[in-house]
Amino acid sequence: MHSEFLMGNEAIALGALAAGVNLAAGYPGTPSTEILETIAKRGAADIHVEWSINEKAGLEVAAGAAYSGARTLVTMKQVGLNVAADPLMSLAYIGVKGGMVIVVADDPGPISSQTEQDTRTFAMFSKVPVFDPSTVAEAYVMVQEAFAFSEKYHTPVFLRPTTRIDHAYEAIEVKDEAEYEKHAYEGFVKDASKWVIFPKLSLRSHAAIEARNEELSQVLSAYPRNKILPGTGGMGKLRKGIATHGVSSMYTHDNLAPDNRVPVLHVATPFPFPEELAVKFLQGLDEVLCIEELDPVIERALLTVCGKHHLPVVIRGKLTGDMQTAGENTVESVGRAIQAFLDREQPVAEEAAAPALPVRPPVLCAGCPHRASFVAVKEAMRGQKTIYCGDIGCYTLGNAAPLDMCDTCLCMGAGINIAQGVYHMDTQTKCFAFVGDSTFFAAGITGTVNAFYNQADMTLVVLDNSTTAMTGHQPHPGTGRTIRGDAVPAVSIEKVLRAIGLTVVETVNPFDHAEAVATVKHVAAEPGVKAIIFKSPCVMLAKPAAHAKVNAETCIGCQKCIRSLGCPALVMQEGKAFIDETLCTGCTLCESICPVGAIAGGEKL
Amino acid sequence: MSKDIILCGVGGQGTILASKLIAAAAMKKGMPIKTAETIGMAQRGGSVFSHLRLGKSEGSPLIGKKRADLIIAFEPAEAVRQLPFLKDGGSVVVSNHPILPVSAMIGDSVYDVPGIMAYLRAKVADLAVVDSDAAARELGSMKVLNVVLLGAAVRSGALGLSKQDILAAIHERVPERFHKLNEKALAFAR
Repeated sequence: MHSEFLMGNEAIALGALAAGVNLAAGYPGTPSTEILETIAKRGAADIHVEWSINEKAGLEVAAGAAYSGARTLVTMKQVGLNVAADPLMSLAYIGVKGGMVIVVADDPGPISSQTEQDTRTFAMFSKVPVFDPSTVAEAYVMVQEAFAFSEKYHTPVFLRPTTRIDHAYEAIEVKDEAEYEKHAYEGFVKDASKWVIFPKLSLRSHAAIEARNEELSQVLSAYPRNKILPGTGGMGKLRKGIATHGVSSMYTHDNLAPDNRVPVLHVATPFPFPEELAVKFLQGLDEVLCIEELDPVIERALLTVCGKHHLPVVIRGKLTGDMQTAGENTVESVGRAIQAFLDREQPVAEEAAAPALPVRPPVLCAGCPHRASFVAVKEAMRGQKTIYCGDIGCYTLGNAAPLDMCDTCLCMGAGINIAQGVYHMDTQTKCFAFVGDSTFFAAGITGTVNAFYNQADMTLVVLDNSTTAMTGHQPHPGTGRTIRGDAVPAVSIEKVLRAIGLTVVETVNPFDHAEAVATVKHVAAEPGVKAIIFKSPCVMLAKPAAHAKVNAETCIGCQKCIRSLGCPALVMQEGKAFIDETLCTGCTLCESICPVGAIAGGEKL
Repeated sequence: MSKDIILCGVGGQGTILASKLIAAAAMKKGMPIKTAETIGMAQRGGSVFSHLRLGKSEGSPLIGKKRADLIIAFEPAEAVRQLPFLKDGGSVVVSNHPILPVSAMIGDSVYDVPGIMAYLRAKVADLAVVDSDAAARELGSMKVLNVVLLGAAVRSGALGLSKQDILAAIHERVPERFHKLNEKALAFAR
């Protein structure tokens, strides 16, 4: 053993390596991304690691390996589980031979996500057991326990960290490589009665799963991470307790310590719910406050236990209005709730507000090629009726003023299909769908086929910056590199589009501003489905060649550059535009649009 | 000894490296550490923070309001944004150089820099204002602002770590060709 200062996601990866994982697959998504990256960086060469094309593919690849007896890890963010839901629901019935841990990172807040869905609820729906870590150190050990558990009960299991576990750092004790478990596997053994899902097998499996989960509820009551922390009492006439989980248990700790007046039920496996342990906790209590994030999972489970066992305990939480129904918990929000619950005291009002602060929504970086692409499309389509369907990635930030180039955003790949729906209801609107290169591979190809087959009229704009930028620059099938950095043949987006049947597919550098505008004009005027690929590397990966400068004598102070581009490097200084050198990448976009030619010196990539 | 420290600024300013340097220095001294930081969408020019809890092995990675011993702010408005976390009598080290967001440039939001500095001066008794423009001129780079601020934090005494502790962490984590510049940055006092 040795000590390392690790991010939660790194700890989960090292835990999987210590458990002898043979194959790891996933799709990037905040806050889960660093898990797979760490496996690739720290794992032995004989472990197969891949960025799969999407979460569904990743889970299916892992299923094949798990059927072969291998230990597998699958990683994704919570909305990724929606994509992987189809194989997951069936795999829950089929089961696994080698241990399979599906890490799904939830994002209360949400901080970087479309939804506040709760994987604990998904676990209940899919009947798959779920482990819910509350610290970095616990996540490290729990993932190893989850592998053993999965293998013992032949079921995939979830490990469900939240952002504050994934992205917290802690100095923890971890195993040396020599201490890692070695997991041998026998390879796939044919058995149609086991691996082929048919209604008859499904019926049998369903009954077996329900019986197993009943049994697991008892087994998990004895799992030491599900526990009752005794209280010291002294809170008055009513006997009260708190039930909590995950990082909220740490916020609870910080508010109860050091005297810990009330007993706490800590739930590490919300499904199957440790019923026996819960009964033991509830007996002798009058009221329990459930402190949890996302869905009231523990609260509903305790209500059920109270009903089933006729326990006269008042269960408080989200359903009773005692806890917030949405958003992240904090040390304060938990502190206020505990104070109100224990002392029936209204917390003191917050003190007077500070001066107005500037809002800082995230914006496209200085020199981002997406800005140039948006500006070109906007200029080319000026005066026409348009809709700009956006998608998931950095380019969602094109919605902000002054660009205002993202009219819809739903989920991975949806923009391409939404554009078609809008077109079918209004054939006079010029419909555009913007999609990034990684999103195109993950979820854009089927939508494009749909558009072509069903005779939509739309322009697909692929913003190809040769990386998965938002999640921290992961490779994808178009980059010709794997997660381990190996060179492989790249998949050409243009060839894919032409193979579907598109005849108009133009590739242009968005920083060649005049050409980009002309390309958009002529492509958008073509009938049917057509595509523009704006190709220019992510500026975070490219070294700026030069900085642009404003000639203060020529600048007329019209602010066109600032008001039309919203580039963080452009500011006004003494009535003239000024470029902050530390941010400018010399992309030349402002040079292209300055009406008096006052900006020069950039060098586009 | 235990210290709760918040670093805050704007995505891209180097708060994460500064947080790593403090953590590395504390780890060398054998202190338990927990940290939490902003990763993801907000890194694109949004408000970012790192919470560091030194000397605490139990509890949350996030610091509660009115509990931080020290706030190291890379930007004045971000200092004010995090100020509710400062305990009574806590210390603040702040760079005086504002980062104007695009929203302020196009008139969607206001940034009253003198008003914000005056508010900080009125609210925080132990306030160290770092003249970052002077530092950038003298050191020839704005990129070491994080180490300049760490230097000020060391001198304030509120960090609980010495200049030598931080220097050792820099030598461990920063490429050698930048050591001289970082040493000068750590010593910059104005």
